[in-house]
Amino acid sequence: MSQAPTTDRNALDALPTGNPPPKPKRMRFDWRKLRDPKTFIIVAVVLVIGYLSLVPLLYLLWGTFFDSTGLTGAAFERAYGTTGLGELVYNSMVFATGATLVSVVMGTLLAFLTERTDVPLKRLIFAGSLIPLIIPGILYTIAWIFLASPRIGLINKWLEPFFGPGTFDVFTLYGMIIVQGMDNAPLVFLLMVAAFRSMDPSLEESALMSGASLPHVFRKVTLPLAKPALFAAFLIMAVKNIEAFETPALLGMPKGIWVFTSRIWRVLSTHPADYGQAGAYSISLLLITSLGIYFQTRYSRRGKQFQTVTGKGFRPRPMPLGRFRSLIGGALLFYFFIAIVLPAFILLYMSTQPFYQVPSIETMTNLSFENYRYVFDHSQTMRAFRNSFVLGISSATLVMFGTAVASWLVVRSKLPGRWMVDNLAFVPLVIPGLVLGVALLFVYLRFPIAIYGTMWILLISYVTRYMPYGMRYASTSMYQIGGELEESAQVSGATWWQTFRRINLPLLVPGLLAGWIYIVMTSVRELSSSILLYSPGNEVLAVMIFEQYENGQFTELAALGTLLIVALVILVYAAQRLGANIGVKS
Amino acid sequence: MLTITDLVKSYPGPKGDKASRVLAVDNVSIEVEEGQLYTLLGPSGCGKTTTLRSVAGLEDPDSGRIVVGDKTFYDSEKQVLVPANKRGLGMVFQSYAIWPHMNVYDNVAFPLTVESRSTRLGKKEMTERVERVLAVVQLDHLAGRQATDLSGGQQQRLALARALVMQPPLLLLDEPLSNLDAKLREEMRFELKRLQRDLNITAIYVTHDQVEALAMSNVIAVMNGGVIEQVGRPRDVYNRPASKFVADFIGSSNFFDGVVDRREGTDRYAVSTDEGEIFATSQYDLAPGAKVTVAIRPEHVQIEEGRPEQAGPGIWSGRVTARAFLGDSVEHKLEVGKLELQARCHTDLSLPANTEISIVLPPEWCSLIPTGE
Repeated sequence: MSQAPTTDRNALDALPTGNPPPKPKRMRFDWRKLRDPKTFIIVAVVLVIGYLSLVPLLYLLWGTFFDSTGLTGAAFERAYGTTGLGELVYNSMVFATGATLVSVVMGTLLAFLTERTDVPLKRLIFAGSLIPLIIPGILYTIAWIFLASPRIGLINKWLEPFFGPGTFDVFTLYGMIIVQGMDNAPLVFLLMVAAFRSMDPSLEESALMSGASLPHVFRKVTLPLAKPALFAAFLIMAVKNIEAFETPALLGMPKGIWVFTSRIWRVLSTHPADYGQAGAYSISLLLITSLGIYFQTRYSRRGKQFQTVTGKGFRPRPMPLGRFRSLIGGALLFYFFIAIVLPAFILLYMSTQPFYQVPSIETMTNLSFENYRYVFDHSQTMRAFRNSFVLGISSATLVMFGTAVASWLVVRSKLPGRWMVDNLAFVPLVIPGLVLGVALLFVYLRFPIAIYGTMWILLISYVTRYMPYGMRYASTSMYQIGGELEESAQVSGATWWQTFRRINLPLLVPGLLAGWIYIVMTSVRELSSSILLYSPGNEVLAVMIFEQYENGQFTELAALGTLLIVALVILVYAAQRLGANIGVKS
Repeated sequence: MLTITDLVKSYPGPKGDKASRVLAVDNVSIEVEEGQLYTLLGPSGCGKTTTLRSVAGLEDPDSGRIVVGDKTFYDSEKQVLVPANKRGLGMVFQSYAIWPHMNVYDNVAFPLTVESRSTRLGKKEMTERVERVLAVVQLDHLAGRQATDLSGGQQQRLALARALVMQPPLLLLDEPLSNLDAKLREEMRFELKRLQRDLNITAIYVTHDQVEALAMSNVIAVMNGGVIEQVGRPRDVYNRPASKFVADFIGSSNFFDGVVDRREGTDRYAVSTDEGEIFATSQYDLAPGAKVTVAIRPEHVQIEEGRPEQAGPGIWSGRVTARAFLGDSVEHKLEVGKLELQARCHTDLSLPANTEISIVLPPEWCSLIPTGE
């Protein structure tokens, strides 16, 4: 700016020379446009999204309500006639509500402590919040079986001298609730941390200034302000818990505590499989989850009006816990020991034993890596590893590319009906994994092309399941890219495809990459739809672990699980490193 | 150079049906000559940006015609609609729209690299062209720098360089200075004007900042509610506002009602008001008896302590009710009978409240605007 202005008069000589005269285009729809990549890609993406979202649901309805005799309610009669409908509904509701309460209470408390007080061990809490990303639910549940089953549970052994044998029984409704709740608490923690960060801390500070005590502030100011976020977290968890399969299958089924998901699996895994009955349960489950998601979206839309977000970038001064600080710190340590350290320890320990024994000095000094040898030598386990990662990477790539285009359509284009693309992409959110599995069975069992019995059906299922998440990642980043960035490329003469490839995609990379890694991480442990759709030779990791558990191969399972956890740790680490480096500097 | 004829653009209204559609641009016609800096000035929502974006091809108008040079970009009758990427215009966006994942050089080179293979420049020529245009905006020493590392002013020049690199026949500027801080904005105002004049660029400039518009433009079109209220040279628009809106939007004005008595010359009228007779000027052809609004800017109201020696047309007596020191001037609030006026005076003159004063309203600064009925 300080330089003397020196303008080169010849610099832009012959300015008004133009480009070759543009050919005027007709404004009516021209079928030749389909050859244009823009139209082709958009049409393809919309068709695929519509197919993936709607076809399984239509087949599910058709397969449930029609049999060889025509329209019928027989499937429902079979599903709810014989065994008590009441007990099934009761168990499902108590399990879902209970587990939700556990995770919401724990998660919210942890979030409040880290965001608003001077609680110690904040970094530990944040590190702990990654645990559900790293330890798949099936491994977490299995770990708890070895911690709290009445006969062999480690905790029960510890407590035996004081309370006698079998203090805790994990194979109960309460056991299921606590295990599921602890597994999900970190998710609530992350949701509520985000909520607390977006709340104006001066509202709480002014309450503190008026002389209110900390618990009083929490009850009278923080909680009411956080109510929308709390309610959203509650609904998200309730839907997640009603869809949960691992805990009910492993903890509930042995004692006959049935919920919808375990019931669906049961009617399909006994011979002959009753698809109609599975469909009937699926439709009931689908109705419940749809209702949950409906309230959640409605409430969050309404909640936006009351958001207390401030643009101020200051971090509030943490409220002092005073003399309770070390007490609360101790309680936190205890919680982490129970919720994270013990399950991780028992898995690792199991993987080093020739057969399962309750840990003792003798067994702890007698470690072997035989089980890891087994995993690497066994072609089946290695194949499961490969299958899971091939499926994870391909579904993540397909989903992120597709949703990048779809989010452009929704956020940027002015095409009529673009809101429908958005809604269609979110439909699978209401479909529990098992229900999707059932629906895809209906679609592809009698499909002319052999898709059932191959990896393709798993790929279709994964792409469908993770499409809503991909859409969320992609459209969030799309909203963050100013529309003018794209328009300026357009004015500069770039075609749609050039703009998308050279402006949008590079700018979307951080968001797309985050979504990609999230999908890879969640899909390599996917169990609930895979368990219905896999066929021999196409086992994925979670299915493998489930089968090994049923066969009593606990120690091999633990070794396989430990390796999976190591792979997930590397992925999480890579995600954070990549995200930091590729992120667009602003 | 640019001719816009009867441009109409509407948006879906609150109810979404045809009847409630909102007219953003309502039959706008403008004519820009080569080498002009033509400003569309108006408050937000007046349709100025929509007009500009229609020229750029970023909005599809409902009807009308847009011609640049000998090329028709849009013609609703002939069903012509050239897409934005085929128009070859340069545009500077309000946010600059600098691509954050590219460096300075790549940002400027982008328009050249996306041209179709047959017309694309060779590598060497492309580099030369980019370097020349970077030199014009004095960014040549920063070519390798990441675009996001530039300061606001530098980003603004970068956006300009990118818009100029295609050597467009027409440059579109959408509030390019509004994101700069006040000092830098003043500096860039002159810089931009100098570049435009030196390179003989035809430019459409959209702004809501009247000072910017007055300082830079060859022609100003003041827009309000999708309609052009007045077109003219900056001096004319300022001194002879054609409507109450223009007088109020550009600078500030005193308004009071009157009735035309008689014509006194080609554009001079005698007007009677509640507080007495004045002489005033108008570009309109007004018949005696016409109801008018008199507009006069505060800096043109002359005041003097004491009662007027000789009252007459445009010489009134009044009283100071309040004053405020504004640094470069002193603002006085005046009372003439029931009428309230403002006078902006040189700092030499500062009269306390309740001072009896004489007020002179010079005929050449009193503009008459017909009241409509």
